[in-house]
Amino acid sequence: MSVNLSKGQGISLQKNDGGTLAAVRMGLGWKAAPRRGLFGSRTRDIDLDASAVLFAEKQPVDVVFFRHLVSDDGSVRHTGDNLVGGVGAGGDDESILVDLQRVPVHIDQIVFTVNSFTGQTFQEVQNAFCRLVDETNGQELARYTLDGGGAYTAQIMAKVHRAGQGWQMTALGAPANGRTFQDLMPAILPHL
Amino acid sequence: MTAELVRGQNLPLSRTRLEIRVSAGSPVVAAATLGDDRGRLLGPDQLVHPGSPALPGLEVPQQAAAAHRLAVDLDAMEDAVHRVSVLLALPGGAGGPARFGAVASPFVAVTGLDGTEIASYTLTGLDTESAVVALELYRRQDTWKVRAVGQGYAGGLTALLADQGLAGAAGIAAAVQDAVAEGRARSVAAPPRPPYGSGPRTVTQGAGPAIATGAVAPGEAASPPGRSAGPPVAASQEAAEGGPGARDARQAPGVGPVDYTHPARGSATPPPPSAPPDSPVPPVAGDATGWTMDERLYNQVWGMFEDLARSTAAYRSAVDFADARREQELDKALSDPRHRLGGAGEGARTAADERHGRLVDQARQALDRDLAQLVAEAEVVEPALPAAYARWDNPVWQGYQVPAEAPMALRLGDLHLPESAGLRIPMLVRLPLERGLWIDCGPTGLESAILVSPEELRRLATETAAALAARLLAVHPAGAFAVHIVDPAGTASGPLGPLLRSGVLSEPPASGAAGVSAMLARLTRRVDLVQMAARGGAPEALPADVDTAEHLLVVHDFPHGFDDRAVNQLRYLADEGPAVGVHLLVVGAREDAAEYGPLLEPLWRSLLRLTPVPDDHLADPWVGHAWIYEPPRVPPGSQVLQQVLAQVAAARHPWNR
Repeated sequence: MSVNLSKGQGISLQKNDGGTLAAVRMGLGWKAAPRRGLFGSRTRDIDLDASAVLFAEKQPVDVVFFRHLVSDDGSVRHTGDNLVGGVGAGGDDESILVDLQRVPVHIDQIVFTVNSFTGQTFQEVQNAFCRLVDETNGQELARYTLDGGGAYTAQIMAKVHRAGQGWQMTALGAPANGRTFQDLMPAILPHL
Repeated sequence: MTAELVRGQNLPLSRTRLEIRVSAGSPVVAAATLGDDRGRLLGPDQLVHPGSPALPGLEVPQQAAAAHRLAVDLDAMEDAVHRVSVLLALPGGAGGPARFGAVASPFVAVTGLDGTEIASYTLTGLDTESAVVALELYRRQDTWKVRAVGQGYAGGLTALLADQGLAGAAGIAAAVQDAVAEGRARSVAAPPRPPYGSGPRTVTQGAGPAIATGAVAPGEAASPPGRSAGPPVAASQEAAEGGPGARDARQAPGVGPVDYTHPARGSATPPPPSAPPDSPVPPVAGDATGWTMDERLYNQVWGMFEDLARSTAAYRSAVDFADARREQELDKALSDPRHRLGGAGEGARTAADERHGRLVDQARQALDRDLAQLVAEAEVVEPALPAAYARWDNPVWQGYQVPAEAPMALRLGDLHLPESAGLRIPMLVRLPLERGLWIDCGPTGLESAILVSPEELRRLATETAAALAARLLAVHPAGAFAVHIVDPAGTASGPLGPLLRSGVLSEPPASGAAGVSAMLARLTRRVDLVQMAARGGAPEALPADVDTAEHLLVVHDFPHGFDDRAVNQLRYLADEGPAVGVHLLVVGAREDAAEYGPLLEPLWRSLLRLTPVPDDHLADPWVGHAWIYEPPRVPPGSQVLQQVLAQVAAARHPWNR
């Protein structure tokens, strides 16, 4: 059963049977821009990029994005850059896998962001969503839709943070502007 | 669908007969207060707790448990009641946790009587609090709503009740704790993993039935009988339901701890948070992808290499962070003038040290866990390795047979990190070699090497070169790999003895300047011809004395006996050779070649530097740690090298026309 998250809502990643999730996947999907104009080859592709920033007590420690696909400790992996998006049918176009059990002990928050590398605002992006999947069984835990995006080029999607002995996810959904995660750092800090 | 509430969120309730289920990582006391429309307590008696468990419309269990079910009938509430606050408190007492931060986040759910969840809420973020208002059910314009509150009190139940406007809160809180303690003493149901490990487990037989029923959550009575299909409930509740007869029968003296869980139902009690994750599956050699066992083992070894690199990166990152944080905290403490005098500064230092130690310990635990797993994996992988991947002391070398085809990789030595002294990762490189090898006989950085004299270092370097050359020879099919030695000063005969005596060489080492230049000229010509043939797509056009077999040129004591022309030829071979099967194994020291100036820098850079003694100069491709390399050593007194070379020589002779 999946939960449709609204902004600011949190879910615990404790399983119902009391165990904790071992691995989660943050999936990002969007619909490729429609081909327009006479020249079919001249498209204006939309390149959204998913990034994950690892924080230890509000200090960024490591970043996983399309130029650094695996965190040094190996706990967070980006499956690779997608430059154009998918058919918008609900499949993930970019994924970031988090092995929660292997996250280093000092990392207490992982913030997921989405940037429009090609500069389109989210008004122009269709069917964009971000979802959290239990990687062990493929079950969708939470989904967050980017619909109704305004005139901004980035969004701080969600954070996964330690809560007690387990992890919790909180949907943030905060708009920001920037081409890559570096531009977002000032906007991320208030959410930690 | 269940609404997962966040703190402060509310949800209208469509029914009035409800159950509130509580589950926590350790036993908690559940209580509730009834308040008016302004949130004040209606009266000192408007509190249900284990010592006074029922009011109209509301009942709570009489004891602390890791799971509770509270029955609520909102219709039965008096009209004056506008607010029902559901409280959780840690029972206190010896042995139990004193703060919610030490236990798993409690989870509360509002369900219908049929067990369907209406709303749920996980109380996260609690730390030093020992009592908390979990939920509120409140009346707003004749509808009842539930709100996730999660307001914790470090002052415990006393502070919580006082905050609700209860006079004499301390007395009531004490009464609650007394009732809980009493309930615990007569309690039959320990949670599956009792935190009161040393506490009394005794059961007074006579007190059985009455108390057992008293301990049942009142909701049981209202539940439909078919509840067994509903959500699982806690062990303590099951125990009570088991009935006195069943219980007494199972409590024969000497039986030990009794498991009261229903055999057909799972327990809803979460395991204690410290429970280790499922013990890892025992490792298996070849547990990786690949078409052949060799490829699978190769991939597995590289997987272990990466895992160790990353686990260590996590550890080092945590330790660095802990160091930086301590530094900051100390700076802050010292910059505060109030701390300059007296013990406050000392206290801050101790606190910072403690925080540092805690984090480092945690990081070390995580690393040790990973190391243990990798060590277990290495224990099964090492014996399973084929000769080309194995250490010289591996029995596989004793049963060595000349192979029919070259392996995909060769072990050049062992790698480890200071944190993982017990674990050696085989350093496997793909064959054919992509770059030449350089055994550095100059001084190295590690302390262990400082004690080794320069002469000894040179001897070790030549021995290492001999062992590597022998390895390369042995893992290739007969006749497919030729070793040539350049020894201008003729000083290598001792350490290179095994190679020279076994008859695996097709010619004696080239010595003197003339011998060196003749050998280099021949190999250079070979590289040129094979390159041309390969580019022209006409390998059959090669002259009869040029074959396409692999060649290894061992250059001993470089650059003695080399003139500028020879050095240039060597550089050419280093650059162009690997692509056409001519490989270099250079033994030399950078200092000895200093007179060539920067001319030789590109040569050194194009070669893979290995050391005759352990040295940390190799970086992994993922994180860039400096790995300590150890050359492959033949065990002292072992004849394995000679035996293997004898076999290689025997297999060569038919080819050596």
